[in-house]
Amino acid sequence: MSEKAESSGYKGEALNALRKAQCQVGDIIRVTSKGKIYEGILIPRSETGDGKHVVVKLKSGYNVGVRITPNVKIEKIGKGTKPAFASPPLPEQKPELPKAVILSTGGTIASRVDYRTGAVRSALSASDLYGVVPELADIARVKTEIVFSLYSENLTPQHWSQLAQKAAEHIAQGADGVVIAHGTDTMAYTAAALSFALQNPPVPVILVGAQRSSDRPSSDAATNLIAAVQAATRAPFAEVAIAMHETVSDTSIAITRGTKVRKCHTSRRDTFKPVNATPIARVSNGEVTMLTGEYQKRDSAKKLILKPKFSSEVALVKFYPGLDPAVIDWYVEKGCKGILLEGTGLGHVSKYCFDAIRNAVNRGVVVALASQCIWGRVNMNVYDTGRDLLALGVIPSDDMFPETALVKLMWVLGQTSDAAEAKTLLKANIAGEFSQRTMPDKFGVEGEDSDGN
Amino acid sequence: MAIDYAKIGLKVGLEIHQQLNTKAKLFCSCPPALFKEEPQITFLRRLRPTQSELGQVDPAAFFEFQKGMRILYEANRATSCLVEMDEEPPHPLNMEAVEVVLTAALMMNMQPIDEVHVMRKTVIDGSNTTGFQRTCIIASDGWIKVGEKTIPMQAASLEEDAARKTGEEDAGKTIRYRIDRLGIPLIEVATAPVIYSPAEAQEVALAIGMILRDTGKVMRGLGTIRQDLNVSISNGALMEIKGVQELDLIAKVVEYEVRRQLGLLQVKEELNSRGVKAEDLQQEFVDASAVFQQTKCKVIRKAMDKGQMVLAVKLPKFGGILKRELMPGFRVGTELSDRAKFWGRVGGIFHTDEMPNYGITVEEVEALRKTVGAGNEDAVVFVADTSENAHDALKAVVERAQEAIAGVPAETRTAKEDGTTRYMRPRPGAARMYPETDIPPVLLTSELMEKIRANLPEPGEKKVARLMKEYSLNEKLAKQVVDSGYAALLENIVKASSVSATTVAAFLTETLKALKRDGVQVENVADEQVLEIFRAVGAGELAKEAAADVFAWLSKHEDKSLNDAVENLGLRLLSKEELEVIVDRVVAENKRSIEELGNKAFGLLMGAVMKEVRGKADPDLVARLLRQRLR
Ligand SMILES: [Zn+2]
Repeated sequence: MSEKAESSGYKGEALNALRKAQCQVGDIIRVTSKGKIYEGILIPRSETGDGKHVVVKLKSGYNVGVRITPNVKIEKIGKGTKPAFASPPLPEQKPELPKAVILSTGGTIASRVDYRTGAVRSALSASDLYGVVPELADIARVKTEIVFSLYSENLTPQHWSQLAQKAAEHIAQGADGVVIAHGTDTMAYTAAALSFALQNPPVPVILVGAQRSSDRPSSDAATNLIAAVQAATRAPFAEVAIAMHETVSDTSIAITRGTKVRKCHTSRRDTFKPVNATPIARVSNGEVTMLTGEYQKRDSAKKLILKPKFSSEVALVKFYPGLDPAVIDWYVEKGCKGILLEGTGLGHVSKYCFDAIRNAVNRGVVVALASQCIWGRVNMNVYDTGRDLLALGVIPSDDMFPETALVKLMWVLGQTSDAAEAKTLLKANIAGEFSQRTMPDKFGVEGEDSDGN
Repeated sequence: MAIDYAKIGLKVGLEIHQQLNTKAKLFCSCPPALFKEEPQITFLRRLRPTQSELGQVDPAAFFEFQKGMRILYEANRATSCLVEMDEEPPHPLNMEAVEVVLTAALMMNMQPIDEVHVMRKTVIDGSNTTGFQRTCIIASDGWIKVGEKTIPMQAASLEEDAARKTGEEDAGKTIRYRIDRLGIPLIEVATAPVIYSPAEAQEVALAIGMILRDTGKVMRGLGTIRQDLNVSISNGALMEIKGVQELDLIAKVVEYEVRRQLGLLQVKEELNSRGVKAEDLQQEFVDASAVFQQTKCKVIRKAMDKGQMVLAVKLPKFGGILKRELMPGFRVGTELSDRAKFWGRVGGIFHTDEMPNYGITVEEVEALRKTVGAGNEDAVVFVADTSENAHDALKAVVERAQEAIAGVPAETRTAKEDGTTRYMRPRPGAARMYPETDIPPVLLTSELMEKIRANLPEPGEKKVARLMKEYSLNEKLAKQVVDSGYAALLENIVKASSVSATTVAAFLTETLKALKRDGVQVENVADEQVLEIFRAVGAGELAKEAAADVFAWLSKHEDKSLNDAVENLGLRLLSKEELEVIVDRVVAENKRSIEELGNKAFGLLMGAVMKEVRGKADPDLVARLLRQRLR
């Protein structure tokens, strides 16, 4: 095996044996082991696999791992052919359709499978997207741009800034809606961040992802993407929102405000749930239906206000029984400008943390508090502890759940370094992150019935 | 007419799938069980054909997707979790199932794979919520002996069973599947295509089935084993026949398939001699609704009343071809009709070879011929349905007719209970497989292989010899017991009761076979219940003659106990006192015969008493009581 060896995933004895036989990934090889012959295509090996096996894709399509020992013979019997990446031609764009831009940040909203080798490749160009999700051609004139190629856990507040600027650019160029394809793990953080960074938008900015990868026929990627493009180009609202499955069925996609939505399940399609809110719209049977009258209206005359700065000097401290308050001191020492406490219940942190909190506030750190209950509203007037914390200068986050409160604190401290000004901004309702009334809607996902028909 | 299978170049390969009786499913901890009640959970999905690099998509799957096919899945909490719903990644491969497959593979002299990789085999008919079936090769390249012949075995795989179809809605646009069966482990073993006659196919399947049963870890009963056949003849085509459920049917299915292919080859010759070319068959469809305005045909009447249409197409020079029989009750017309049903979602088609019929008059047929411009040498196929379905159906009919000119089209077919086969779907292209990255590869270590080798089940011949020696069974009975797969049960029963091994063996072989012939669902009775029956027989609580009746009753009342059976069948044994009353009465009633015949009246009296108490009394006791009274 030659220069390609490293990317093939092979190492150790297996790599040596392949090198000796001059075999490359994709070649047709014959491995003879214990008197049996395994013939097929040499397949790349997972990075985490051991160095003792060679993986062959047999003619039947199955992969098998053959243990390499000194008695095993490897022969190259044919040269591999590289899969051709012929993108289908771009279908004719229908001039009467609205313009949508799809920004991708990583992961695969659409992909193709090379069944010859079993490789999965993402399809990101507009023509690829049309090829894989042909329904898009009847909804919008789609333009695509790859902004990053990162797993969502590798995105930072810096990336939020770049993404906000990119979206603003496309809006300025006249896009009728922006769709952002995003990994689901931190999608809600990005949605909250863009909600604060893109104020008074003329058109919707819709984040979309998939809980089942797009290489599988059961993927939710295409359904979610179609709904996102529909909402971005046709919905009457102009806000930052997430479009994902409303239930485990493929029948309806919920559009939920970016500051009020949270990933609540590790694997289900309907993982994104509105918190202290209801979805603002639903896409079903190709129709966008508004579910509330309270939303910012789409209006191309609106002037977008771009405020893309975020401070990285902000920390989240989750209170738990036994928390060492030295953690708070450490953050203050490190120069943190803001700390979000994730308190218990209505908004509490044990008395033994008070000294550390007082010290932080005295040193000019903005300390806010949200509840680890996630659902419900913080009220620090009910118990002594809450009242004490208020007296220390801790700012309650009302009905914002911790992640949105954290992102808001980062954004606020990106706008001002003045603590008093920051506190004022923190309490202002910027992007629908506060609601005045808490409604008796269902909360959580546990125990909810699957449905959708 | 007997067929010379060697001369026509018959080749058959077998693929046998059997469910494993493991504690849990293959990729989650749900029990491998089905449910009969109403579903507690339903959800609706669509499956999207994944594009491959070469832009290939499965034609049938893509067609169904374009038609907006939706799948309504049914589930309950007892039998499935988020894994089967495709809402949670699969758990690691169930090692208990791997061990069963390894056991079978070693018995078939296969070589285990060093490192097992689970694959995704694309299947988008809805039978898998994911859109693919998870499958892996566990061992390959072995052989078994069937009689004198060595049959090469290609591979032993482990895969997840699919969801089962429970119905259709909205004119076939929504398909219902129940996901209880999804994820049950299946072993699949495949032979090379080296079987050359129908009888041999059945023999090989029997031999494989026996090895699988010897593992002691496979499910029994209808629906737990499915035999797929690959059948081809020279100049014919390779046919994939799915889902033969009964072993006894295999020879018949192969024979019928051969007859069908030979018949199609004759049709081809006839069409060629008539000079029909594929391009003569045009997709020119004619709206023939006007012909049937006043029709007495119920099917067409109903369609017209719903505002649907009659669409017709001419098949030039096909006159008389469509009524040719290919298999019992299956004509060339059936070939066309099966395609129309699949691609056009119609109930069926009409054609002029079967007219006049179904309330359609000679006059209507004449008018129809005129409408499409068909002469007597032509055939006309027509269908009554929505415009979309009718067009799809006739398009499929024309394509199938074109294939008839070329010979035998390669297809995937499904086996019916009478041994005939029907069109299921086009043959899929090369298996679309790619790695299941959610499941880490599994090393088959030498420690594991040693453990499996040390615990291999006793081979059949050895078992026969041992049963003869330990239980004094004759060779024929011992062999029958081993062949039936009930050897372990026999040993358990004999150990737990005082009933003779020969009695138990005869019951487990001849009696059960007879019951099965009478339509008793033998698999409905658990081994534990059979054991209980014989415990009762041994304890003198149940007459051994009643065992079969009790068994049959239990097979129809799955939740009931042995006591319920005895109670319901009135089989409680009579006490000696009760029996004496009956014997005395019979003796009194036959006083004259006794006086005339003396001791020779015994047979007559015995018959009279037994007629009343059969199954409720031990015949030896009856004889003793009678003798006492005749003295
Ligand atoms: Zn499960």
